[in-house]
Amino acid sequence: MSPATLIGLTLLIPAGTALLLPLFAGRPDVREGTTVLGAVLLFATVLQLLPLILAGATPSLALWTVIPGLTLAFAVEPLGMLFAAVASGLWIVNSVYSIGYMRAEKAERQTLFYVCFALAIASTMGIALAANLFTLFLFYELLTFTTWPLVIHRATPEARRAGRLYLMMLFGASTLFLLPALAWTGIVAGTLDFAPGGILAGRVDDVGLGILLALFVFGAAKAAVMPLHAWLPAAMVAPTPVSALLHAVAVVKAGVFTILKVVVYVFGVDTLAGSSGGDWLVVVAGITIVSASLVALRQDNLKRRLAYSTISQLSYVVLGAALFTPLAILGAALHIAAHAVSKITLFFAAGSVHVGAHVDDVSRMDGVGRRMPWTMGSFAIGALSMIGVPPTAGFLGKWFILLAALQIGEWFAVAVIVVSTLLNAGYFLPIIYRAFAYEPAPGSAPPSESPWPMLASLVVTAVATVLLFAWPGAPFELAEMLAGAATIVDAGASGVVQFPEGGVEP
Amino acid sequence: MTEHLPALQVVLPLFGALIAALVRRPVAAWLVTLVVSIASFAVAASLLREVLAVGVVSYRIGGWDPALGIEYRIDIVNALILLLVTAIATVIAPFARLSVASEIPEDKVAWFYAMYLLAMTGLLGIAITGDAFNAFVFLEVSSLSSYALIAMGRDRRALVAAYQYLIVGTIGAGFYVIGVGFIYMMTGTLNLALIAERIVDVETTRPVLAALAFIVVGISLKLALFPLHVWLPNAYAYAPSVATVFLAATATKVAVYLLARYVYSVFGASFVFADLPLSETLLAFSIAAIFGAATVAVFQSDVKRMFAYSSVAQIGYITLGLSLATVTGVTGGLVHLLNHALIKGAIFMGLGAIVFRARGVDFHDIAGIGHRMPLTTAAIVLAGLSLIGIPGTAGFVSKWYLVVAALELGWWWLAALIALSTLITVVYVGRVVEAAYFRAPSAADAGASEAPAEMLVPTLVLAAATVWFGIDTELTAGMAGLAAKTLIGGIR
Repeated sequence: MSPATLIGLTLLIPAGTALLLPLFAGRPDVREGTTVLGAVLLFATVLQLLPLILAGATPSLALWTVIPGLTLAFAVEPLGMLFAAVASGLWIVNSVYSIGYMRAEKAERQTLFYVCFALAIASTMGIALAANLFTLFLFYELLTFTTWPLVIHRATPEARRAGRLYLMMLFGASTLFLLPALAWTGIVAGTLDFAPGGILAGRVDDVGLGILLALFVFGAAKAAVMPLHAWLPAAMVAPTPVSALLHAVAVVKAGVFTILKVVVYVFGVDTLAGSSGGDWLVVVAGITIVSASLVALRQDNLKRRLAYSTISQLSYVVLGAALFTPLAILGAALHIAAHAVSKITLFFAAGSVHVGAHVDDVSRMDGVGRRMPWTMGSFAIGALSMIGVPPTAGFLGKWFILLAALQIGEWFAVAVIVVSTLLNAGYFLPIIYRAFAYEPAPGSAPPSESPWPMLASLVVTAVATVLLFAWPGAPFELAEMLAGAATIVDAGASGVVQFPEGGVEP
Repeated sequence: MTEHLPALQVVLPLFGALIAALVRRPVAAWLVTLVVSIASFAVAASLLREVLAVGVVSYRIGGWDPALGIEYRIDIVNALILLLVTAIATVIAPFARLSVASEIPEDKVAWFYAMYLLAMTGLLGIAITGDAFNAFVFLEVSSLSSYALIAMGRDRRALVAAYQYLIVGTIGAGFYVIGVGFIYMMTGTLNLALIAERIVDVETTRPVLAALAFIVVGISLKLALFPLHVWLPNAYAYAPSVATVFLAATATKVAVYLLARYVYSVFGASFVFADLPLSETLLAFSIAAIFGAATVAVFQSDVKRMFAYSSVAQIGYITLGLSLATVTGVTGGLVHLLNHALIKGAIFMGLGAIVFRARGVDFHDIAGIGHRMPLTTAAIVLAGLSLIGIPGTAGFVSKWYLVVAALELGWWWLAALIALSTLITVVYVGRVVEAAYFRAPSAADAGASEAPAEMLVPTLVLAAATVWFGIDTELTAGMAGLAAKTLIGGIR
């Protein structure tokens, strides 16, 4: 198949799956089978693009020109490839997990659930493969509107409130900030196409760069950079597979992906590094990382604790982008993949505890690990990865970002990473300790392990978390290529990863 | 034959109305409407093709010289309006049979179609004519028939709504004709093109200023510019479904066209915008409409009334675009004129289908309707997304043009206001989606099933169009761009 066909299929497979699902509304087995089949097909299609990207090609597909200047077009570059592969791969496990979870919950409106899920994946693919800001923006908005029904799926008043907040914050920010940022970029740069090295070099002054960067960072409120993070904990009211989708697969990922992509392909790392306009970003990211971790410490509801953990962890990606060096970009890209597999494990485990032990609060998790060893064992791996302990994937991204911060002597970022690691340990380790070391509370119903589709999914992602550390392989190469594209000077050069020679600059 | 197309454009629906009134049988009257709509659409399409080929088509009624007689004058701007009106009519026609049969007493159905075709005659006439007084005649034809259409609504409040509209509409038409009188006094002609040539010498005189004021206010009443919009919400809410669809999609749009024609082509943009503060005035009222009417819409309990208020707000975007007096701005206004016609056509048609199946379109009535009438609801939601202006829909194209136009002028605050206003749209469209999918239906409506294909297909066609024209904008933004250049370039 030609690369253009593959790109087309990447969008059509999930969209087509969404169209097929309502036909099987009365036959759950066929419906879920179709979802899983669609997910597997999508992953296989995305993987076929991988060798092309690794060989240095940029497959592309231009569809329409909506109005002169606004073109619907796709082009696959390393970062988009990484995001697409992670999201499509996790769709498979998430679908399998959903089967177990939604049936155990006896949830209503399951067809609507699977349809919106497939549409959300289609939107995510569009974001990942977008060749220009307009296409990215289009699918970014679609993602908001296709995930909103999932957030309010339980249809309780609380869910509706969360849904309103979700819609208003995400759509509000993108309309108020992202849309003007697009128009502004289009007017000054004359194009909206992503290009290695950026399209804004020398076209905007320092103040303008700072404002424009702020419009992009806060416009992509999906990244949950403080103070635009409140929608994420509120959205925890949704079913667990949806939380997994929001945190690990698509939504927050789409936000930080957008920021990273814009920094590398619209502003250009060199442009930002050579200007004082973007200096504030590292501070905002740092504050988000530390304060979200502090809030997480105080959450008793397990899913809320995980939600604040996501806000904190994904701001590492923003921090990586904010250092404006290729090495940090590499770390940020790796952290997208690492966080995805780790956080989805944690959410799967939380959902499993909810279904198996009917427990949602950390304070009631005494001894859960003894009855649910697979669930809590996987949870422990995910948690270690979030802290950044080898041999888990979470170590990689943090390591490179830390290295980059040391290299350019950005001591604030170094301090943030160190403090945050301690805080992460502070809110994850007690859960593990409690689950395994404490005696179960007397009188509580004995928990049993969850249905096999849930267990299988969470073990798979836990194993992936370890494997990604041991053999980073393709993700690492992609991240390295992205870092190469980040600078005009080094464009295409390999071996961007260099340890600081001759010590660290003071 | 083809040289008489401009006359046919108006004569077809006029005679159609006559025949519909004479045949008296519901099905026959509907057939006449269907045939006339399709034929008018064909005429409008060939007129557009001709205009694209030759520029301006001029047709002298009865062969009289334009200075004495009536001239029909079609350029890209009104060719587009003609196409819009007839296209909407063509989509409505198949939908109308069942909807009208269920909402109008059988002995009045033929009259309904006669009035409907007369309204269409009037709207097409306003758009096609190049004569100021002839436009007044057609304005009255469309208005009088609209009052009758609205009064036929099932709800008794329809009578009050029609009466309200009658009073306001008569004032509007009166103002318009007073303005035309002043112009005739100063220029000695009623032909718009000739007025435009002669008005240059007298444009600073008081009668011309008075004429401008009367005409702008008069037309603004017809196009429901905030705060002259009070007739609109009731009229739309209580009119029969088919009448609402047609009026919402076309009537205000034609009035907007007339305003643009006077401001840009007759009085001239340099006079109106540079020498007079019309730009600022129109802009201020547009912004007030966008925020005020949209906020009121949020608090409605009747979905049809809610979208009626939404129309007032959306007209604000159109006049906002016109008030900017730049090519990008006017393009944005005109493209939103087209897009909004499709969007509201789809929404009101979907609501008409719900009225047909369920009892009404209160928020209680549409609870859970998404599971009972999935396709109809999907069409409304799709059009609603376009109303919000999410990228990939027609509404986004309009919004983009308006934002870029504001930024081109360096008006940051205006771009921000436009963006901010769409958030209110999200709120009221979100209310509909929430009720339709995430609320349990009341017992009385639990039995509603999907609308019949006759109603469903036209609704889906319009809904699909709101997405299609978000991706392929050749016909909408492309043509609107040409029309904007024509208007800005002006006759002078």
